[in-house]
Amino acid sequence: MKIAVLIKQVPGSDSALPLTGDGTWIDDSLITFVMNESDNYALEEALRIREKINDGEVVVVSMGPDRVQRVIREGLAKGADRGIHLEEDGQIETDPLCIAKSFTSVLEDENFDLVLTGLQSDDTGMGQTGILLGELLGMSTATLGIETDIQSDTIRVKRELESGWFQWIKLPLPASVSIQSGINQPRYPSLKGIMGAKKKEIKIVAQSEHRPDTKWQSLNRLFIPQTNKQTETLNGDADTIVNRLVEILRSDLRII
Amino acid sequence: MDKLFFNDDHLMIRDMVRDFAETEVRPVAKEMDRKEKFPKKLVAQMGKLGLMGTIIPEKYGGAGLDMISFVTAIIELARVDASVAITMAAHTSLGSVPILLLGNEKQKQTYLPRLASGEIIGAFGLTEPDAGSDAGATRTKAIWDGNNYIVNGGKIFITNAGEAGLLSFTSQVEVNNELKGIAAFVIPIKTAGLEIGPKEKKMGWRASDTRQLFFKDLKVPPEAMLGQVADGFKFFLKTLTSGRISIGALSIGTALGAYENALQYATEREAFGKPIYKFQSIGFKLADMATEIEAAKLMVYHAAWLKDKGMDFTKQAAMAKLFASEMAMKSTTEAIQVLGGYGYVKEYDVERFFRDAKVLEIGEGTSEVQRIIITREILKDFKIP
Repeated sequence: MKIAVLIKQVPGSDSALPLTGDGTWIDDSLITFVMNESDNYALEEALRIREKINDGEVVVVSMGPDRVQRVIREGLAKGADRGIHLEEDGQIETDPLCIAKSFTSVLEDENFDLVLTGLQSDDTGMGQTGILLGELLGMSTATLGIETDIQSDTIRVKRELESGWFQWIKLPLPASVSIQSGINQPRYPSLKGIMGAKKKEIKIVAQSEHRPDTKWQSLNRLFIPQTNKQTETLNGDADTIVNRLVEILRSDLRII
Repeated sequence: MDKLFFNDDHLMIRDMVRDFAETEVRPVAKEMDRKEKFPKKLVAQMGKLGLMGTIIPEKYGGAGLDMISFVTAIIELARVDASVAITMAAHTSLGSVPILLLGNEKQKQTYLPRLASGEIIGAFGLTEPDAGSDAGATRTKAIWDGNNYIVNGGKIFITNAGEAGLLSFTSQVEVNNELKGIAAFVIPIKTAGLEIGPKEKKMGWRASDTRQLFFKDLKVPPEAMLGQVADGFKFFLKTLTSGRISIGALSIGTALGAYENALQYATEREAFGKPIYKFQSIGFKLADMATEIEAAKLMVYHAAWLKDKGMDFTKQAAMAKLFASEMAMKSTTEAIQVLGGYGYVKEYDVERFFRDAKVLEIGEGTSEVQRIIITREILKDFKIP
């Protein structure tokens, strides 16, 4: 069983997010980067599957500038066998199809049985990489996995639906499954794991070797939402006030 | 500062311990302090992660890491809970290192892997009612009866004593009515003749287990001796020297915990229409705390770095311990002042950090003793006219 786990390095939730001068991305020089939360759960699920069947290989794959090697090393310290780093020069790509095509070009020759991704990234939050990758690699695909059950040539996935409903589905392998946060309890890397990670291989793929020539989406400008305080005084007789209050609660605040 | 002493491994170790401390320790820290509850489960978890054997060589089951890594782990634990940090630090630098420094191969093979994995906890008995910082005044006496040493006496303020599996301790040795000097021994703590006293009620470090030990005709076989007679005193003092780096690290963590609380509070709490950090009287307190924490970090990491390089670090460890512990007392006091009334009540953590800080000026050599050591060290190189 050969499992790939896609891991993205994203700004930590307590980082301030200053914008670059031209407003096209965040100024990441002052940001603390961390492993994307749901990717951490996907990695743990992959490690557990490997431990359960007592066979196989877990490969962590990440795209970005040099700094992303830290999350790859973290994955290796937790027990993944090797890493692949898709290099990006300059600003990171945000077009989901472009990202998926980059990963496809590197992963297609590896013949993975299973690709696990986090449900979505905590930065752009598009939630598309796992689905697009499944399609491009010709794999069966499921999203929002909250439990997995691996068989010899199939995987059963419990999916989270709306309103507290769940669904068990069975997919033939190879498959691409996106994993919801909370599916398991991710391990900490042990000190021995951290020291051992240095000896594990990280294959580096230059941007020119994976990035498609075409771009389908581009990001024009980012802005910080303006927040302001507005006070509205309700005047009139009781009926008018109550009607307006109900309207506010229903339409503006949507709490009734 | 991190860039001066850290490599990528140190960063990863820091992140791992910080994550562990925030996720596993923080939710239970307040309750453990209130109930004086020993962190048994956390010790087991730390054992699995390798944190109970950070600086023990790999061939004895440890992680084989350097002092910089050890200091980093202590700081991150103490930033959340000093009791957990001292439990780990005392287990390592006091409970395990003497065996590593002094033990023969058989003793190392027997005990170190079990200590490094956290299977058993180590304790260290040096302090006595009349011999604390003046360790030479040890009264506990081991008399050779031809087959065994028969030990009588006792030790006080022994960290981890009630939870430990193994005890290293110092004792005067007498053979044929002649005092031979101070030796060190290592024994399983459950040995007939060794009585463990009740848990001390303490101001701080309340989740850490501290007790008195009584030796009443305790029979110790000769193979339990660590090194030779007269080595004991010398090597135990050496243990204390590196133990001072641990207390320095604990001081930084304790101060950081309080400072971060104060910083957050100062940005949230408003008075006279603005957040209180905008008043110089509060802003400058925070600036002083941050500056002194940074200075203590440089001193403690420098002492650790010297030790890693195999250089003499006696003076730097004493200076780092002295400065960092007094800084911790000052910073935690100021943190309470920033929080005002909220700082004084137990709902907020700063009063816990304040209570945990005081012992740092006392344990492993009081501030006064550090100054004696520093005076001695600075005059070593000075030609007195």
